[in-house]
Amino acid sequence: MKKTYLLEDLDCAHCAEKMEKEVGKLEGVSDSRVTFLTQKLVIEVEDDKADKITKEIKKIVKKFEPDVEVVEK
Amino acid sequence: MSKKLKKRIQRTATGAVVYLVGIFCSLFLSDHFSNILVLAVYLAAYVIIGGDVVKKAIKNLGNRRILDENFLMTIATIGAFFVGEYQEGVAVMLFYQVGECFQSYAVNRSRKSIAALMDIRPDYANVLRKGQAEEVTPEEVEVGETILIKPGERIPLDGIVTKGSSILDTRALTGESLPRDVAEGEAIASGCVNLSGVLEVQTTKRFQESTVARILDLVENAGSKKAEAEHFITKFSRYYTPFVVCCAVLLSLLPPLLLGGSWTEWIYRALSFLVISCPCALVISIPLSFFGGLGGAGKEGILIKGSNYLEALAATQTVVMDKTGTLTQGIFRVTKICPQREGITSEELLEIAACVEGCSNHPVSKSLHQVCDKEVDRTRLQNVEELAGQGMSAILAGRKVYVGNGRLMKHLGLQPTEAGEVGTIVHISREGEYLGYILIADEIKSDAKSAVEQLKAVGIQKIVMLTGDRKEVAEQVAKQLGIHQVYAELLPEDKVRLVEQLLKEKTQEKKLVFVGDGMNDAPVLARADIGIAMGGLGCDAAIEAADVVIMTDEPSKIIKAIQISKKTLTIVKQNIVFAIGIKLLILLLAALGAAGMWAAVFADVGVAVIAILNAMRAMKVR
Repeated sequence: MKKTYLLEDLDCAHCAEKMEKEVGKLEGVSDSRVTFLTQKLVIEVEDDKADKITKEIKKIVKKFEPDVEVVEK
Repeated sequence: MSKKLKKRIQRTATGAVVYLVGIFCSLFLSDHFSNILVLAVYLAAYVIIGGDVVKKAIKNLGNRRILDENFLMTIATIGAFFVGEYQEGVAVMLFYQVGECFQSYAVNRSRKSIAALMDIRPDYANVLRKGQAEEVTPEEVEVGETILIKPGERIPLDGIVTKGSSILDTRALTGESLPRDVAEGEAIASGCVNLSGVLEVQTTKRFQESTVARILDLVENAGSKKAEAEHFITKFSRYYTPFVVCCAVLLSLLPPLLLGGSWTEWIYRALSFLVISCPCALVISIPLSFFGGLGGAGKEGILIKGSNYLEALAATQTVVMDKTGTLTQGIFRVTKICPQREGITSEELLEIAACVEGCSNHPVSKSLHQVCDKEVDRTRLQNVEELAGQGMSAILAGRKVYVGNGRLMKHLGLQPTEAGEVGTIVHISREGEYLGYILIADEIKSDAKSAVEQLKAVGIQKIVMLTGDRKEVAEQVAKQLGIHQVYAELLPEDKVRLVEQLLKEKTQEKKLVFVGDGMNDAPVLARADIGIAMGGLGCDAAIEAADVVIMTDEPSKIIKAIQISKKTLTIVKQNIVFAIGIKLLILLLAALGAAGMWAAVFADVGVAVIAILNAMRAMKVR
């Protein structure tokens, strides 16, 4: 299923790319895209993994930019 | 301005004041004690200005991210303190922060302008339930419910007007500034703004499938289909930073070890390298340019589904166009009425034809009725007979009338006038006498000719027209428009085959664009390098199949799209050359000792800000 997150206060374009890459490596995620300008992360994730994935995504995002707020849409 | 940015500016300004105090002290005091005082003031300024940078750097270190911007800046400035350049250490951090604030501000602004472009989302819908208007979110409205739209409101869902008439502002969807009239029974698209009257609309789609939701989805996801230039930057930055950092390490070690240079001098030069090593200017400004281009095109009613297509448009070499619906209106109209016998007026001729053809559902008869303003009196009509493949016969007001093609006339032993014009010709005879003919044709769009001329002017080498229509019609239209290569009488699969052949004839770098009306050209739209669908408003199939959707019906928008693409690419190239050029130049100067850390900070954040400002130009469309 497709999930969209808003990454509020995303400030560093370089970090955004790294987030995209790491989120893409998570188990069950087949596609991950971060758009710096719209501050959006869109992922394609297996249905049964969808619930747990948000927590892991928050961890990755915080690692690169601690100030970013991850909001699920 | 965000809170975070405001705080950052305040902090930076406070630090700047403390820093000035430090400079002031160092100018007037020079004994040993005051030297320590000055150092303390500088350190205080440094902590105020760069404290958060250092904090982030330490945090990142914990996450094993050593090549991060914060870390590099921290190393560079602390290094400056160690080699005794206190003033410079603080100044570089100050300069860096000022630049970062500018950068943040510029990014925020561009985010806002992009958000403004997408500001077509309706907030609510007034739905009529049990005779009462109820305000709900558009998502809650079911298909078939009736919604009320007052003047000034945005249309929340696609539907059909059941009551009232009004004028709609479609600019947000089509870029067209001329308002559109709507009346009962007409379909309207969500995203338009109701300008004058109150409308009652029966919804035909849920919000998720409505025009506005589709367009928003398309625009928001356009950035994720990345252009070649963006991939280049990603690759470049992957190697650039480690490379520069390695150079910095070598620069600090080799000259002092091998050539006996001074350690402070070479470490200082190496630190400048670290400051320049962030590829930020490129990483931000290139996607921003493409976004600006996509946004600018959107304002013109041209929806482009990805940066990659925007980039490819500039390399257009071949433009293949469908005739009907793309270059022509796709609607049949009476274009000429030619009475060929004395005493017969145009009105009379038209009335006979409209009357007799009135019983048929054929597009030809519809177009006859459109121009015939007299009420057709069916009671005068008797013995109506359809003559397959030839026309019709009837007795009108007691006289035998034939309406049909040239073959029918010859069959009756008459000599019809050879019109020599393209279109469907309807001949009329009465009581064995030839009366004249009416020409019905598909009109060429008003901007089609200038569109073809401009395509040639912007350097498109090959313009091809494809059509399923008859050969003589196709050739006539092509001649009028100035198109030299025409293929007529094609079936949909022939079109695909022809486009494939044309794709083979060009080089890989050059692109083939196919323009169709999106209704039945889906396979060809998909096969071409770039598929452009015309008249996307209210046509889901077009939005699905094409890479670029032109919301209005104007072929001239194809040129606009190519121009926007070219402008965007120019800006992208400028930014790449400018950012990499300045960085390399300052690297070289720093290595030679001719550029200090000041210049290095400029090469980092200064260049980023300039590149962002340049990228914003892509959004402006003439």
